[in-house]
Amino acid sequence: MTSLTLVRRIKARPQLVFDAVTTPEGIAQWWGPDAGPVLVAESDVRVGGRYRVRFRKLDGSEHESSGTYLEVIRPERVVMSWRWIGGMEDPGESRVEIALRAIPEGTELTFTHSRLHDEETRRSHEEGWSGALRKLEARFADQT
Amino acid sequence: MVNYQQRLDRTFAALVDPTRRAILAHLERKEGASVSELAEPFRIKLPAVMKHLDVLADAGLVTRSKSGRTVTVRLRAQPMREAMEWLKHYERFWSGSLDRLARYAEAKEAEARSEKR
Repeated sequence: MTSLTLVRRIKARPQLVFDAVTTPEGIAQWWGPDAGPVLVAESDVRVGGRYRVRFRKLDGSEHESSGTYLEVIRPERVVMSWRWIGGMEDPGESRVEIALRAIPEGTELTFTHSRLHDEETRRSHEEGWSGALRKLEARFADQT
Repeated sequence: MVNYQQRLDRTFAALVDPTRRAILAHLERKEGASVSELAEPFRIKLPAVMKHLDVLADAGLVTRSKSGRTVTVRLRAQPMREAMEWLKHYERFWSGSLDRLARYAEAKEAEARSEKR
C-alpha cells in the first residue's frame, strides 16, 4: 500500500500544535513544500466539515487541495480526506492522519498520508509493498 | 501514448500481488532467471506464472528475451524509479510543510510562555 509516514518532535504543547494544524491562521503559516505563500486557507474543523488550501510554490506554480474532516479529537488526532484540485496530478482521494502525543519536551507528531494510489493498491499489504519497494530502490540507487 | 499517471497505475497495480512481488524480489537477487526457475518456489502452475510475467512486462518492470527454448526474465529499473520519484514528491511536500509547522508551533509556545510571565 502506498503510504508515507513522517514523525516530528515539536517543542510546543499538543493544544498549540493541534491549532496550528487545523486553524486557517495556522495552516497559512506552514502548508506547502517550500517558502512560497499560502493563498487560501479555509477550514471547518469538525467531523464532516471541509477544508481547502491553495498555495504557490517558489517556482510560481499554484496548487490546491481540499477534503473533509473524518475524525477530530482535540488535541490528539485529526483525520481528513485529501484530493488535489485541478492539474494533472490527481490520483484520486487519499487520507491524511495527524496524531499528536504529549512528550516531556512538547509533542510528538506522527503524520501519515495513506491510500496514495488507486483502489487496487489500497487492498494490498502495506508491509510487503513498501518493503519490496525499499529493497528495489536500494538496488536501483546505484544503477542510475 | 501512455501517460505518466497511467504508467504509475500500472506499476502500482503490478506490485499489489504478493506473487509478483516475490518474482521481482527473486530477480533482484539474481540477474536474469528462466521462467521455470521463477515458478519453482510457488505452488502454482507454469501458465499462472506466465500470466504474472505478462502483467509485470506490461508494466515495464521486466523484460523477456528468448534464446532457443529458454526465456530469460530480467528486471527493468525505470518504472520503479518513476514510482519512487512520485512518492518522494509527496515526501518533500510534507517534510517541508512539517518543518514549517514545527517552527510555527514552537514560536506560538514561546509566545504563550512569555505572556504568562
